[in-house]
Amino acid sequence: MTEANTAYEHPLMKAYREQLSCGFPQVAEVFEDCMAEALSVLSKEGINAYLEYARFLCKMGRGVEPVLIFLEEWPSIATTLGESALPAISDFIRKMWKSPNGRAIVPFLQTLAATSRRLHSQEQMQDYMDLALAFMERTTGSIHGIHTTFASPGLPEFFKHSPYLLNQVSIAGLKNWVEYGIRNYGDHPERQQDYFSLQSADSRAMLQKERHGTLLVDNERKLDLYLRGLWQTDAHFVPYSLKFDELRKPIPYYDKLGIRLPDVYDDVNDVSGLDRYRAVLAHIIGHQRWTTAIFADNYSPFQRMAIEFFEDARVEALAMREYPGLRRLFIKLHPKPLENACDPETTSCLRHRLAMLSRALLDPQHGYCDAQLLDFTQRFHDLMAPGGSNTESSTEEIASLALSYVAKTRRQSDQFARVHFGNTEVDYRDDNRHMWRFHEQSDDEEMFDDHRKIVLEEEELQGLPPRHYPEWDCNSQTYRPDWASVYEALHPKGNPAHIDQLLIKHAALAKRLKRMLDLLKPQDKVRIRYQEEGSELDLDVALRSLIDYKSGATPDPRINMSHKTSGRDIAVMLLLDLSESLNEKASGPGDTSDQTILQLSQEAVSLLAWAVDKLGDPFAIGGFHSNTRHDVRYLHIKGYSERWDDEVKGRLAAMQAAYSTRMGAAMRHAAHYLQAQKADKKLMLILTDGEPSDVDTKDERLLIEDARQAVKELDQKGIYTYCINLDPKADEYVADIFGKQYTVIDNIQRLPERLPQLFIALTK
Amino acid sequence: MTDKDQYKIRKEPFYQAQGKEVALYEAAYVARLPVMIKGPTGCGKSRFVEYMAWRLGKPLITVACNEDMTASDLVGRYILEANGTRWLDGPLTTAARIGAICYLDEIVEARQDTTVVIHPLTDHRRTLPLDKKGELIEAHPDFQLVISYNPGYQSLLKDLKQSTKQRFTAFEFDYPDAQLETGIVAKETGTDETLAGKLVKIGRTARNLKGHGLDEGISTRLLVYAATLIKGGVEPRDACRMALVRPITDDADIRDTLDHAIDATFAV
Ligand SMILES: Nc1ncnc2c1ncn2[C@@H]1O[C@H](COP(=O)(O)OP(=O)(O)OP(=O)(O)O)[C@@H](O)[C@H]1O
Ligand SMILES: [Mg+2]
Repeated sequence: MTEANTAYEHPLMKAYREQLSCGFPQVAEVFEDCMAEALSVLSKEGINAYLEYARFLCKMGRGVEPVLIFLEEWPSIATTLGESALPAISDFIRKMWKSPNGRAIVPFLQTLAATSRRLHSQEQMQDYMDLALAFMERTTGSIHGIHTTFASPGLPEFFKHSPYLLNQVSIAGLKNWVEYGIRNYGDHPERQQDYFSLQSADSRAMLQKERHGTLLVDNERKLDLYLRGLWQTDAHFVPYSLKFDELRKPIPYYDKLGIRLPDVYDDVNDVSGLDRYRAVLAHIIGHQRWTTAIFADNYSPFQRMAIEFFEDARVEALAMREYPGLRRLFIKLHPKPLENACDPETTSCLRHRLAMLSRALLDPQHGYCDAQLLDFTQRFHDLMAPGGSNTESSTEEIASLALSYVAKTRRQSDQFARVHFGNTEVDYRDDNRHMWRFHEQSDDEEMFDDHRKIVLEEEELQGLPPRHYPEWDCNSQTYRPDWASVYEALHPKGNPAHIDQLLIKHAALAKRLKRMLDLLKPQDKVRIRYQEEGSELDLDVALRSLIDYKSGATPDPRINMSHKTSGRDIAVMLLLDLSESLNEKASGPGDTSDQTILQLSQEAVSLLAWAVDKLGDPFAIGGFHSNTRHDVRYLHIKGYSERWDDEVKGRLAAMQAAYSTRMGAAMRHAAHYLQAQKADKKLMLILTDGEPSDVDTKDERLLIEDARQAVKELDQKGIYTYCINLDPKADEYVADIFGKQYTVIDNIQRLPERLPQLFIALTK
Repeated sequence: MTDKDQYKIRKEPFYQAQGKEVALYEAAYVARLPVMIKGPTGCGKSRFVEYMAWRLGKPLITVACNEDMTASDLVGRYILEANGTRWLDGPLTTAARIGAICYLDEIVEARQDTTVVIHPLTDHRRTLPLDKKGELIEAHPDFQLVISYNPGYQSLLKDLKQSTKQRFTAFEFDYPDAQLETGIVAKETGTDETLAGKLVKIGRTARNLKGHGLDEGISTRLLVYAATLIKGGVEPRDACRMALVRPITDDADIRDTLDHAIDATFAV
């Protein structure tokens, strides 16, 4: 595989190199790898910006580190935050550069990938940078009032520890912690450093104090399960910081990109932070199910506000029909304004009236006496009454009820500039932006970059001539003959000691697995009864023979038994998806490690190989990726005849990911090895993190259907396929391909543990 | 001669049909075709067979299979007695002689060599050779073989051989839809439909999580258990946690989600 790559360089790569024009030899070394990753995740404009900015960092005069880190880390940061996050980040770096704080740039960049994973959204990243900026401004050059060019002593430390810090507290908590540090150690360089490097006792104590509430990142799986289990849906969660923006608290909302939720919720009124998240989700799901957007143009702001209150109450009423217990939760979280809290002589009270009405619609024991409130509460319930023709009512219908409410209760003072806000906010409700349509459609659709991938020609793999496999075309329901070319090659070799280290790292797990394996062992040794000659007497059978003899029948002479080892007769093929996406960091609940999916897969596969080797089942491992149908690569890692030795471990150690996922072709190719095995049962395990796809196939159904077809073909050949999928959103396609033969592992961190366990469960 | 009547189902078992399975089974029985019933645990397979036996007025012999079962456990063996030995028919033999429906429950649990003895009974021969006794039994005209298994365990070693599978007609059972299942739980336990509906709702929540940390959802059987506990005076939420959640999972996140589903389902 290792071709001499000194002389020839692809013209495109050469052009990129020239665009970067950075003379450091360290940069030249990693450049191609960085570009390969960047090309697979960035758009064309993104690549341009990437190179331009790297060029700036190179020439900035702070050595090689900034540009090196940026080149290596940006692609993964861009996948987390979106490539449009770059201007704000570069802006921030520029500010440090122009101040005496250039030394802080490196730690900032070094931790940027980790912090962005934790922060998860551009908005939160902005909050983080604003915080750091304020920090910088307040601690730079202010020591003992001497206005010279002192750099902030604490800032570099702060950046170094930011991933840890963000793991402990929300952005708002971080802000308080920083504030305390600046206030107390603003003009004491050493102690400031101690504080921000978490050395001093009060630094840790303060941090402890800010550790409150329920963090969204720690509960994503629970909320996923909540949506899936109770509402049969799923969503992507995007956190934002509460309280950070002190003037206007952000409100949850949802759009195409996901559901926006605060990064932390404290317990209130006896409701846990987790349940508060659930309340928001229940409300939002209510809208998704039952709200149809209506035109806003004809309504005044008052009317819209009223419509929103009524519609919120309607979707909640419907949600409570599904889950009556939600009422308890909503009531605890809904404000209960006092009836006389707002003075209509001086203040605009519409908001106050609506909040009370909203309470009354939710809470039968509201206790309000206002006649109009009671009247409209009744009319609302009549509209929603089960038994009518349309028991769910509709956004349209509820809007007209809201309009008549506004008309009936109108007061001159509603127009006053002073609005009564107190105790009227229902904070588990979203901002209802989805509810309105406008005749004047301003084109604010998010412009999605077409993430065009520029594919680099690479040296052809050395090795065997390609094998050709058909591919299923679901549109015409026919095979395209010899459609995919599969090149097989030996996986390059790395250092086998690395795998041994991984196994040592998981020694405790291995020990547990060993116990499970031992349980499989007894089956391993089976009794063979009815033997004329054997190792011991089979008392049961001997007795029966005696009875036969006594009763005059011919006794069975086969009264001995012997033992046969290995009753298991399973051949296993493990097929690894080695496509580019495995290079992504594994994100999971409470995840702080920097491991990629690839690394976790490597650990898991090592453990599995170790386990299967212990069991003695014939076992092969292959990896695959593809770069169009003309170039599907099958990387041989372990063959059936090979032992689990350093050769194989070395190949596993060098596991790398690139390109796309043409699954069907790879399965067919792997199957021809498995098929040749003489075993009773043949099992093909496919470990993947996404759906089949390839750069030359736009219609994603095609490759999904082809993979499904491959599963059928294999089934006819007596091969049982089973997919272990690491994509939490896999439900959309994985069952289409594998029927019931799959597991989705949401919590990728646990893959090393789950993979061998799954294998054991499958074959016991 | 064995007393046929002891195997008869005297009282009509409650069975709620999910589709056309009753008519289809009757058709299979008329032709004496062997029947296989697939489906997840506790979804009503055994109950269905019991009901059909009652409906057809035929005796029913049920055998719960396990991994230690041998062919003689099905077919029969000689036993020692004071004055010599005596042949004792196994349940399969008895069924073939008296013309019963023989129901082999969870057949995949049995060792594979055991399943082979049923082969001659399931094709046109309809015979059962008793090698030991040197007898070939012609199955009684009323005899029929029914097997059940749960494909959901997903252990490929516990799959039936093709040669066995291909001797049966098959029903694929699943948990009934919400309305039917509510009716089943209510009728089976005498609880009201509202309560039964809530239990079913919780059951379905768990089934939605299958493949995301749960291997099997909550079965109809467990729903019946929960209803029974509540009927006996246990507080509904406690009953649900005890009968529905704790048995099926050790995953803390899932337990938490299901506990929440229980809270969300019960208003007070
Ligand atoms: N269609 C149905 N009609 C009436 N009762 C049902 C029905 N389905 C399930 N039940 C109830 O569920 C219980 C469990 O059903 P059953 O024992 O038939 O399950 P099974 O499918 O045989 O389970 P397993 O595979 O674990 O043996 C029954 O005792 C009965 O209370
Ligand atoms: Mg049963």
